[in-house]
Amino acid sequence: MHAVEKMLARAAGVDSVTPGEILNCSVDFIELNDLYLQVVRSFYEMGGTKVWDPTKISFVFDHYSPAPTIRTAQIHKEMRDFAREQGLTHHFDINAGVCHQVMPEAGLIRPGMILVATDSHTTTHGAFGAFGTGIGATDAATVLISGELWFRVPEVIKIEITGKPRTGVYAKDVILHIIGKLKADAAVYQAVEFCGEYVEGLGVSERMAVCNMAVEMGAKTAWMKPNRAVLDYVEERFGTDYILDETDPGYTYAGEHFFDVSSLEPQLACPHSVDNVFPFSEVSPVKVDQAFIGSCTGGRLEDLEAAAQVVKGRKIAPATRMVVIPASMEVYKKAMEKGYVQTLIEAGATFNAPGCGPCLGTHAGILARGEVCVSSTNRNFPGRMGSPEAEIYLGSPALVAASALEGSLADPGKYLDTPQGASV
Amino acid sequence: MKTGYTGKAHLFGKNIDTDQIYPGQYLELVEPDEIARHCLEGADPSFASKLQPGDIVVAGTNFGCGSSREHAAIALKHAGVAAVVAESFARIFYRNAINLALPLLVCKGISSRVESGDTLKIDLEQGTVTNSRTGKVLEGEKLSSYAMNILDKGGIKAIFLDKTRGKTR
Repeated sequence: MHAVEKMLARAAGVDSVTPGEILNCSVDFIELNDLYLQVVRSFYEMGGTKVWDPTKISFVFDHYSPAPTIRTAQIHKEMRDFAREQGLTHHFDINAGVCHQVMPEAGLIRPGMILVATDSHTTTHGAFGAFGTGIGATDAATVLISGELWFRVPEVIKIEITGKPRTGVYAKDVILHIIGKLKADAAVYQAVEFCGEYVEGLGVSERMAVCNMAVEMGAKTAWMKPNRAVLDYVEERFGTDYILDETDPGYTYAGEHFFDVSSLEPQLACPHSVDNVFPFSEVSPVKVDQAFIGSCTGGRLEDLEAAAQVVKGRKIAPATRMVVIPASMEVYKKAMEKGYVQTLIEAGATFNAPGCGPCLGTHAGILARGEVCVSSTNRNFPGRMGSPEAEIYLGSPALVAASALEGSLADPGKYLDTPQGASV
Repeated sequence: MKTGYTGKAHLFGKNIDTDQIYPGQYLELVEPDEIARHCLEGADPSFASKLQPGDIVVAGTNFGCGSSREHAAIALKHAGVAAVVAESFARIFYRNAINLALPLLVCKGISSRVESGDTLKIDLEQGTVTNSRTGKVLEGEKLSSYAMNILDKGGIKAIFLDKTRGKTR
């Protein structure tokens, strides 16, 4: 069996599973974000009175933090009341950050666990060897009541990555390149394992960025075998009481793909789909109105560091605005300590409170009709960040920062090799 | 359980994501009838006004990709869409739709064999779609018995309500 299958088998209390089988599994943890007052409503509609386990449920207020409208304030209020009434142990209000960053930081994520969350980017937690998958509001309400959910055991496909990318090319470029080649429906309803010498050498932040985007290929979940960097992260915050699942030797994958990233250029996902990806040199120059750095894909400390390296001692273009949203308050504090916030603000960036706002077009950096945004986030669908007539390009945080300096799409390489950008 | 649906087709392309089915600016709405007014607005702003209850949405591959927002399935269901037929569906959308008892059918090749305005007849039990204009019967994939059971019971909420009330069905 694959490690992913072993996790599902354990959660279902059976010895073995096969792809396609439908199982009822115990869930180790569920997270609900603040788009989902529906979950609370459905919980009561379905006859719920007390949640199954208040220590295994977290609310994270990130999609509307702080509340931008009266309606969203009302959603927060009703969810906050529910969290208090039910005695939820892990309630992250508007002072915490993006769910997929906040949960690992709080020590809630560990290898071998089954995690569901009302957010499609729950695949992120495959970076920690967890089984993480996104669900909707009705599914979430069933978990609140019962602690269980039905799962179809997914086929597993393997993506093996080798090579060492050049300066200015990041994990974000690697995953964009892969999605561009395999396309948006390459892994619908399947689990994706990322492996190979490139993956083995990645840090926690880069692993999270890769797994985060697996859902853009349609993946149900992503998985990476935890390396020492991941285990150190988990042990520091959670402890050592976790299960490391290993895939059996000779396991047959439903598909295998190989990528060598040695000669990869910075990549851009062009409007209007995440799989519309081209190397930087093949994209025509485009004027940029907004450059955005943030989200569960591209708002971590390393992302802010890369952006700060690029803009250090420079000014963003007068006709371009740069919005930066740290993925969590912990990221924000560390970025302040390290001087990245100061560097970015001096270059002309605007900071907003940790959360998801502009990534999904709810607030704090919305695009007008006809505007162009280059973004370190994960989606460029029509209307994703505001007007359906705006255009979104996706790239690494360094590419976004370089584009902010030039006022048009730019390769970050030249800013990383110069003495000005050498130290932040 | 109703397993046959006849309605007018509305054809969409591939990778119709949940932002197109239900744009982010309306996520703060909670009432199903309000949500339904913005159904597929990102792909066709006039869709909700054109739609007649009982109509059928037809699309290419990966319908419902993107966000986990259940608003997308709620919008289709409450706008009166009888069923969605697509070449393939994104996973979370598929679950959300079945949970809410919105019938779905995977039917390879459907998007090149149907035009907007065609009258389609869906047989969920057989997994087939008949196009009245061409007279052709298209073979789709039958739903799993697990999914059919949820549709039959009127959705997950109804099943759970019975469980939490200690009833059996």
